[in-house]
Amino acid sequence: MSTNTIALSELPVPRPITLRLHEWVTTVDHKRLGILYILYALTFLIVGGIEATIMRLQLIRPHNDLVSPQFFNQMFTMHGTTMIFFAAMPLVFGFANYLVPLMIGARDMAFPRLNAFSFWMTALGGLLLYFSFLGGDGLYGGGGAPDVGWFAYAPLTAKTFSVGHSTDYWTLSLLSSGIGSIGTAINIIATILCMRCPGMTLGKMPLLAWLNLTMAGLVILAVSPLTAAQLMLLVDRYLGGHFFDTQAGGSAVIWMHFFWIFGHPEVYVLVIPAFAFASEIIPVFSRKAIFGYPVMVLATVAIGFISMSVWAHHMFTVGMTSGANTFFVLSTMAISVPTGIKIFNWLATMWGGKIRFATPMLFCVGFLFQFLIGGLTGVTLAVAPFDWQLGNSYYLVAHFHYVIVGAILFAAFAAFYYWFPKVSGKMYNEALGKLFFWLFFIGFHLTFDFMHIPGLLGMPRRIYTYEPGRGWDIWNLIVTIGVVFQAAAILVFAANLIWSYFRGKAAGNDPWDAWTLEWSTGSPPPAYNYAVIPTVRSRRPLWDLKHPEDPDWRYE
Amino acid sequence: MSPTNIFAPASTPAQSIFGLSIFVILTVSAIFIFVFALLAYAVVKFRNRHGDDRTEPVQVYGSTQVELAWTVIPALIVIALSLATARVIASVQDAARPPSALEVIVTGHQYWWEYRYPKFNIVTANELHVPVSDPAHPTPTFLTLLSADTDHSFWVPRLAGKTDLIPNHPNSMWIDPHEPGLFLGQCAQYCGTQHAKMLLRVYVQPREEFERWVQEQQKLPHGAAPDAALSAGRRVFESTACINCHTVSGTLANGRFGPDLTHLMSRETIASGAAPNTHQMLRLWIQNPDAIKPGSKMPAMGLSDQDLDRVTAYLETLR
Repeated sequence: MSTNTIALSELPVPRPITLRLHEWVTTVDHKRLGILYILYALTFLIVGGIEATIMRLQLIRPHNDLVSPQFFNQMFTMHGTTMIFFAAMPLVFGFANYLVPLMIGARDMAFPRLNAFSFWMTALGGLLLYFSFLGGDGLYGGGGAPDVGWFAYAPLTAKTFSVGHSTDYWTLSLLSSGIGSIGTAINIIATILCMRCPGMTLGKMPLLAWLNLTMAGLVILAVSPLTAAQLMLLVDRYLGGHFFDTQAGGSAVIWMHFFWIFGHPEVYVLVIPAFAFASEIIPVFSRKAIFGYPVMVLATVAIGFISMSVWAHHMFTVGMTSGANTFFVLSTMAISVPTGIKIFNWLATMWGGKIRFATPMLFCVGFLFQFLIGGLTGVTLAVAPFDWQLGNSYYLVAHFHYVIVGAILFAAFAAFYYWFPKVSGKMYNEALGKLFFWLFFIGFHLTFDFMHIPGLLGMPRRIYTYEPGRGWDIWNLIVTIGVVFQAAAILVFAANLIWSYFRGKAAGNDPWDAWTLEWSTGSPPPAYNYAVIPTVRSRRPLWDLKHPEDPDWRYE
Repeated sequence: MSPTNIFAPASTPAQSIFGLSIFVILTVSAIFIFVFALLAYAVVKFRNRHGDDRTEPVQVYGSTQVELAWTVIPALIVIALSLATARVIASVQDAARPPSALEVIVTGHQYWWEYRYPKFNIVTANELHVPVSDPAHPTPTFLTLLSADTDHSFWVPRLAGKTDLIPNHPNSMWIDPHEPGLFLGQCAQYCGTQHAKMLLRVYVQPREEFERWVQEQQKLPHGAAPDAALSAGRRVFESTACINCHTVSGTLANGRFGPDLTHLMSRETIASGAAPNTHQMLRLWIQNPDAIKPGSKMPAMGLSDQDLDRVTAYLETLR
């Protein structure tokens, strides 16, 4: 494709839209695929956000009847599935695709065709999921989209209970996107291990590469059991299998194990790239090298390993023995040690720096603040007996949104603003960027701070309505009001994105005075990134270039 | 004051959790204040000021001592929290069952609860009655948790944490309420369309009152006495699909799919707590269940107005 693309892009006259679209559909370029992933993720972020808004409007007061229970159940199933598999994962993969080759001085991913295949498998997954609105039927009398919850506990997914095809769309969509995820993960690992530029030993890689390497390893380990479980579910539903069919002696608990051995590492699949963004952005805006690089790498790899042994903390209420419960308390809490190291190292990076509060850094500070709280509420949930109260309550819902929105999405927005000049060649509008940050920050805290309280007062998740007189009303009202701010913020974000893309000032190669390799090439980077493959001597090659009198390689 | 507040425990398991939760909350709050103070200080103190000379600050690459400190101290906190947690896990999960304990078999059904008291040969639905447990002479209630269909979870926050009801996977939990009263809760594991209206009501009664309730439940209701003349409503009830799902002891009706109606009128609510047990609501529930609980398994019976009145009148004799 590439010779073609280059030749075409040099033509002076605008090419017909069909030709340009065709280029995007057939591309195997890591930057274009990265952008496709990110745009795909942003589209589904909005779709999932609309689903969340519908739920919040329904819950604005007790005994509200805006939507039917069937529709509400579809909304929370689709919201969860969409946000995890079709917003968060593609966002993570998009940034990895775009940034990893650039930052390690490579010209593309190791397997460009596999890369395109993986993206389109993921895209197919999202389309299958949403086709269910037309093609599916769910629980008895349900109809339309899947309504079994995003972790689809057996035996609700058995033919007996989920009579139509909506569960099949859910299963096939996760199978398809799962294959895409595994393909991308293999690609990321191969790229990082085999395609680093001369001089870039493993110990001199940018932290972002290390963290994405860990993330990709986790994807392979976590998504495989999920894919296996989906196959088993299909066998149950169509070939008379009884893996999860409790009416024929199958086990509902086995599904839980399969799902959460995927589900918990998945949290780290999403949060480790968020750590990666913070680990690149905080140093640049604090004007200091990352504090304790080797320990940051060790902590990341430790988190990766420990995260494979904590899954059953999602199952403290399913009746495991006290010994098993105690083990999972300990393993879950253990993960807070390397996580704590990371927070302290970021703080130490800021310590003594000259912090510039441009939009990416504002989002990083928001990330630190919210990740701290989300991590600490995670500790409260790791205490199994406390989890017997808090599990499956709105406190839990608030906790994981604190991590996924407050930490992961905030870090992703930091990354978005940080690399937008590189990707588009244009500067975004700083005033609109800050307005977006504050609107989103306020909306986030109105919604998710107050969401903890009804959980403490006994409100379980996944209920389409609730009884008055339980002290939940006012908190639900405030939570819904927060959505208004978040929606307004997203509009500002979209406006900034579009305005800046067309009208923004030229960014230049290195608008942030940064230190990693991607800032040494053009904005946007040319096809194949580097005319001459760079050679590096330290973790901050551009620092060495800008400070020949005091290069990093003297200290590493 | 919320009737489902987890910080207002009224039974030992909830009490143990409450004590532990206060310890945990104080610990994480202290950590939060410490780290937040560091973050706030860094943000204020090290922000780039106007008129800065644009030189780069001193580059620091790390420090083994401080990094060791913020590894070891959190590890110690983790160990302390884990030990405290292990103690409470054992005290709640591995508590011995005293011979004085009452056993109730709880079966979760899509959107309602079935309660069986094997010792008393009682079956009832949706409203669990248990005796007060005097700490001096404890009479705790041990619940065996089963499911007839999908996963459910039994959660009455003031009495205990939740435990799931999973088909093919019997679980158990216990409560020993120290004070009489009505304790509320609801299903806490998504179980299908009407998960939201699968409400829990636990009536904790003083010993004598509980025993009276047991005796009442053991009697056959007046309207179902074998020698009673068949009322018109009973005839309708027994000649339609009602009896496929519902049981009324001593009569033809012996269905197991829906709640046992033998002592329906001894209950304050219908439809698993979704509506008060009034004449009007009962009639509406038979006529159009979706008006109260859309998606429940109770079908609209399609009875004529006259038959509807008769069946309602019959059900109202089931005291």
